[in-house]
Amino acid sequence: MQLWEIKGILEAEVLWEPVDLQLEIETAEAADLMSDVLTQSIGGELLVTGLINSHVIRTAEMVDIKAITFIHGKKPDEKTIALAKQKGIPLLTTKLFLFEACARLAMRGLTGSSGTIW
Amino acid sequence: MAERALEWEYEIEGKDFRNAGKVSSKVKEIMKELGFDPDFVRGVAIASYEAEMNVVCHAEKGTLQFAILPEGLKIVVKDRGPGIPDINLAMQEGYSTASLEIREMGFGAGMGLPNMKKNTDELNIVSTVGEGTVVEMLIRSPRFRQGS
Repeated sequence: MQLWEIKGILEAEVLWEPVDLQLEIETAEAADLMSDVLTQSIGGELLVTGLINSHVIRTAEMVDIKAITFIHGKKPDEKTIALAKQKGIPLLTTKLFLFEACARLAMRGLTGSSGTIW
Repeated sequence: MAERALEWEYEIEGKDFRNAGKVSSKVKEIMKELGFDPDFVRGVAIASYEAEMNVVCHAEKGTLQFAILPEGLKIVVKDRGPGIPDINLAMQEGYSTASLEIREMGFGAGMGLPNMKKNTDELNIVSTVGEGTVVEMLIRSPRFRQGS
């Protein structure tokens, strides 16, 4: 799945531009606990989270997360967005809640880091 | 040995959450530039970041040294801080002494030390209560793992 499809499915807004909307993403991970991301991520995922501090970007950078979607319409501050831009990590924000965002993505074919959702 | 090790050292400020992660970001950048395997770099970055966050969260200040050795990469993180009274307990998944502030930032789940162990080949921790902690990690290069 490409990033533009994820943006459409989640009715999301892109927080810095220009980003590569043709970026290929096949797996997603949802977490508010960065400790979980650091232990469970396999790299290359979309991270769906309700946390908006700079540690989300740093954590994503360390584990090679490809893109981040914030839920509940949350937006990080300018410095955090600038950090993501510097690191080349696309940021999206959706008004959906965590469960809805994940359900939509799963129904359209994204899988978890185990390669399946079943 | 004729080869000279490549070494770097950075300072880490305790409680400086805004800059937390900068040092590990630098470590990752250098390793990427030097052309190391992406999976190897990722493991090193995770171990380094967990160790750096521990200093930021718990200590007054510290340093992170990393050196590229013939057999792999060595990271030494030293801090001046409260120390770890019981290292075996701290190594248990889920054990944490992190404050609410740290937990609100998405950390302090008690997974830091176990995750450092998971991403390294050797992990040694020496700690003195009231003085500080030294964490030494060795991540063997993929070539050495296969060849062993």
